[in-house]
Amino acid sequence: MNRRIGNLFIVLAVGLLGLIAMTTYWQVVARSSLEARQANVRLVYRDLAIDRGSIISSDGVTLAESKPGTLDGRTVYFRNYPTGGLAAQLVGYSSLLAGRAGLERSLDPELTGSTSDLAGVVNSFDRLKGDTVRGDEVILRLNAAAQKVAMDELTKLGVRGSVVVLDPSNGGILVMASTPTFDPNTGLEQALSDPGSPLLNRATQGLYPPGSTFKVVTAASALDAGVVTPETNFPGPSCIDSGGQKLCNFRDRAYGPHSFGYALIHSINTTFAEVGADLGKDQLEATMRGFGFFARFPWDYPPDQSLPSGIFNRRGNLIDPSAPIDVPRIAIGQERLLATPLQMAEVATAVANGGQIVQPEPVQEVRAPDGSVVRRPSPVYLGRAMTTETAATLRELMKQVVDEGTGGAAAVAGLDVAGKTGTAETGTDGKNDAWFIGFAPAEASRFAFAVLVEDVDGTGGDVAAPIAAAVLRALTAQTT
Amino acid sequence: MPDRGFLRLPARNRELALIALALLIATTGFAAVQLARAQEFAASPLIAAAFFAGAYLIAHLVVRITLPDADPYVLPITAVLTALGLIEIYRIDATLARDQGLWIVIGLALFVGVIVAFRDIRRLETLRYTCGAVAVGLLLATIVLGSEVNGARLWIRVAGLQIQPGEFAKILLVIFLAGYLRERREVLAAPTRKLLGIGVPALRHSLPLLIIAGASLVLLVAMNDLGSSLLFYVIALAMLYIATGRLLFVGLGAGLFAVGAAAALQITPRVQTRIDGWLHPWADEQAQCCYQITQSIYTIADGGVLGAGFGRGLILNSGGGTIIPYAQTDFIYSVIANEMGLVGATAVILLYLLLAWRGFRIATTADDGFSKLLAAGLATAVAFQVFVIVGGVIRLLPLTGLTLPFVSYGGSSVTANFAIAGLLLCISQRANRARA
Repeated sequence: MNRRIGNLFIVLAVGLLGLIAMTTYWQVVARSSLEARQANVRLVYRDLAIDRGSIISSDGVTLAESKPGTLDGRTVYFRNYPTGGLAAQLVGYSSLLAGRAGLERSLDPELTGSTSDLAGVVNSFDRLKGDTVRGDEVILRLNAAAQKVAMDELTKLGVRGSVVVLDPSNGGILVMASTPTFDPNTGLEQALSDPGSPLLNRATQGLYPPGSTFKVVTAASALDAGVVTPETNFPGPSCIDSGGQKLCNFRDRAYGPHSFGYALIHSINTTFAEVGADLGKDQLEATMRGFGFFARFPWDYPPDQSLPSGIFNRRGNLIDPSAPIDVPRIAIGQERLLATPLQMAEVATAVANGGQIVQPEPVQEVRAPDGSVVRRPSPVYLGRAMTTETAATLRELMKQVVDEGTGGAAAVAGLDVAGKTGTAETGTDGKNDAWFIGFAPAEASRFAFAVLVEDVDGTGGDVAAPIAAAVLRALTAQTT
Repeated sequence: MPDRGFLRLPARNRELALIALALLIATTGFAAVQLARAQEFAASPLIAAAFFAGAYLIAHLVVRITLPDADPYVLPITAVLTALGLIEIYRIDATLARDQGLWIVIGLALFVGVIVAFRDIRRLETLRYTCGAVAVGLLLATIVLGSEVNGARLWIRVAGLQIQPGEFAKILLVIFLAGYLRERREVLAAPTRKLLGIGVPALRHSLPLLIIAGASLVLLVAMNDLGSSLLFYVIALAMLYIATGRLLFVGLGAGLFAVGAAAALQITPRVQTRIDGWLHPWADEQAQCCYQITQSIYTIADGGVLGAGFGRGLILNSGGGTIIPYAQTDFIYSVIANEMGLVGATAVILLYLLLAWRGFRIATTADDGFSKLLAAGLATAVAFQVFVIVGGVIRLLPLTGLTLPFVSYGGSSVTANFAIAGLLLCISQRANRARA
C-alpha cells in the first residue's frame, strides 16, 4: 500500500508544481504583453497616479484640473473639467473610458511630466519610487470670456458651427469654439455615439466649401501675379458661361461695369470667375499652398484632429490640384474646394499680418509644478502668402466690406473691422454654409477670425458677421 | 535553520520553533500592511496578532500534552498559511479579517477538540457508517436548502451564518471511505470475472464505484459547481486506488466521469460559462464568462517576480470593492501572487506540497489500513483542492468555487481544514509511537 501512496503523492506533487509553472508563465513570460493590453484596467489606474497638470485659459479660468481621490489606499487623481463644454473640443479629454483627445492628448507628455528631457527622467525615478508625479501646468492663449460669447452665440442660434480667433502677431488661439459641444465630465460616453458629432472639433476637422471668403485668396493671387489691379475694370453681367455651365452672381444680380476692388467688396462671382480663368490653375494653386492649403498646419494638436484644406474628390480624399478642376469655380470658393475654419482664419491672419502665415499656437506658457516657466512658445512663421503691398490693398478692401459692403453686420463701435463674407451652397436647396472671416483693428490687428455656421437659410453677412461682432466686442472689452 | 542540529531537537520543540517563525511572519506582514495603508497607527491588528499567537501557542501546548510524538510540521504549516491569508484579507477589508481571525481561533478550538476526542484514531473507524450517513445528509441538505452564491449552490444558511457543508462532508466521506475500503478492499481488488479479457470485479463489488461516479455527477448538476464534484470524485478514486491498487478503476472512473460530465454540462449553464471563460478568456473580457478570470490573470501578472509588497498592490477599485470579485475567497491566490510575487506564490504552493508530503508520510508510517487510507485521503483532499482552485484562478483549469485551504476567507473552510490537521496529527501520534 505504501508504494501506491507514494505514487499518488508523486501525481499530486506534479500537479502542484504545474501550478508554480503556470504562475511563473503569467508573472514572468506573459507579464509585459498583459501589461500592454488596452482592457487591462491596471494600465488606467497607473495613469491615475499622476497628478496631471491643469489647463488654464489666459484670463485665468481653469479648463481642466486633477482632483485627488483615493484608490486602494493610494492617492490618485481624477480629471475634472470645471467649464464643461466651453472649450471641450480644443482642450479635449483624458478619460478612463475614451482615452485622450485634443490638447489633453497632444500636450500629454508635459501634462504628465513624462517629457524626454531631464525633468521627465527625474519624474520616471519618482514613479519607480512610488512618489506622486506632478505634471506641468499649461496656460493657453485662449480667452475664456470671448470663447463663452462665441459658444453662446452659436448655441443661441441652435446651429452647428465654429468660431476661430487667432492673434495675428503670434498665431495664438484666442477663441476656438465648436458646436454642438459635450460635457467631458459626464457626457463623453453619450457624445461618442451622438449623431451630431459633438466630439468633432469643427474648427480643425470640419471641412466646408469656403464660398466667397475664398475670394480673398483669389484676389491675393491675382494682385500678386499682376493679373489685375484694384482699378481693373470688369463688365459685371448676372451670369457667365464657365466650362459650358452657367456661373451666376448671388441671386443672379447684374452689377454693370465696376472695378476689381468693388467686385471684392460686393462679392461679385462673375468677376472672380473671370479672374480665376485668367490666373490659371498653377498660379492659384501656388497661392493656395502659400496660405497653407493642401497640408495640415504642423501645430501642437493631434494630427488626426487637424485636417488639411484643399480640393477633395467624391470619396473625401484630398486630390492633387493637377487633376482636372474647374478653376473659375474654385476661384469663387465652390467646386470641390473645402476648408476648415482654422484655415480660413489663417487666410485672414495673413492679410492682417502683411502677408505672413503664422503657425496656430494654443499655448502661452508651460509651468513646472514649482511655478517656473518650462516653455513659452515664440511665434513660428510658416512663410509668406502674398506681398506686403497686396496685403495692404486687401486690408483696405476688406475694411470696406464691413463699412459699405456685404459685411456691415460685423461692425463694432470704436473698432475698425475688416472682413469678407461667404455664403456657400451646400447642395441642399436653400441651405448655405454661412461664413465671415476678417480681422480687427484693420491696422495693427490684434484679432484675426473665421466664423462658420453650417446649414442655415441666411447669408454669411446675416448670420456669421453678427457673431464675429459679438466675439470681437468681448475680446476688446477684455483687453482695453 | 533546519540543519542536523535542528532535526535532532525533540519533535515538539521543533514545532514550537517553527510556530514562532510563523508568528514572526504574521507580525511582520501585519506591520507591513499597516505601514503601507493606514494614515494613523491602529492597535487592533496588533491585538489580533497577539490573539492569533495565543491561540496557536495553546494548540501547541495541547498537542505537547496529548500527542507528544505527532508530526511537528503540520501545525506550523497551517500557522504560516492562515497568517498569510489573514494578512491579505486584512489588507482587503479589516472587518473581514476580524471575522477570519475569529474563525481561525474557532478552527484551532476544533483542532484541539479533534485531537482530544480522537487521540486514539481507531475510535473513528467504528463511526464510519455514521460519518457516511452524516456526509450524505449534509450534501442533501445543501442541495435542498442551499442558496446560490456566485451561481453555485454550495452554501446553506443556519442561524444567520453562511455555512458550506461540503467542506465537512468531504472529511466525513474520507472517514467513511477509509473504513469501508479497509473492510472490503480484498474483494474489490480480486477480479472474479473477465470482460473483454480484462479482469473486473463482480457487479456487486463494483457497485460502490458506480455509486460514487453517479453521486458525483448528481452533485455537479445539483450544486452547479464542477470543482466540488470533481474533488469528491478524485478523493474517492484516489482512495480506491490505494486500497485496491487497481489502476483500471482509476482509468474506468476517469472515463465515466468525463463522459458523464460532458453530458451534465448541457444542463448546467454556469459550468458551461466557466468552461468558455477558461478556453476563450480574451474573447470578451467584460462578459460574465471572462471578467473574473482575466482580472485574476492581470492581477497575478502585475505582481511579477518579487510582488508589489504587502498592502502595496492594486487590489481594490475606486469604490473600495475588490477589482476581482470574490478576491478574499476564490481568488485569494491571485492577491497573494500580486503582493508577494512569484516568490511568495511559489512559497505558498510549496507549503501545500510540504503539507501533502507530511500527510502521505503519515500514511506510509501508519501501521493499519484504516489510518493509512484516512491519512492519504485527507492529504489528497487538501492537495487536490489546492490544485483545482489555484488551477482555476491561473487558467490551468476551468474556474470553480472551492476555497484555498487555511488561506481563503470563510468559517467552514478554515474550521474544516483544522479538523483535517487534527486528524492527521492523531494518526501520526499512533504511527510514531508504534515505531518508537
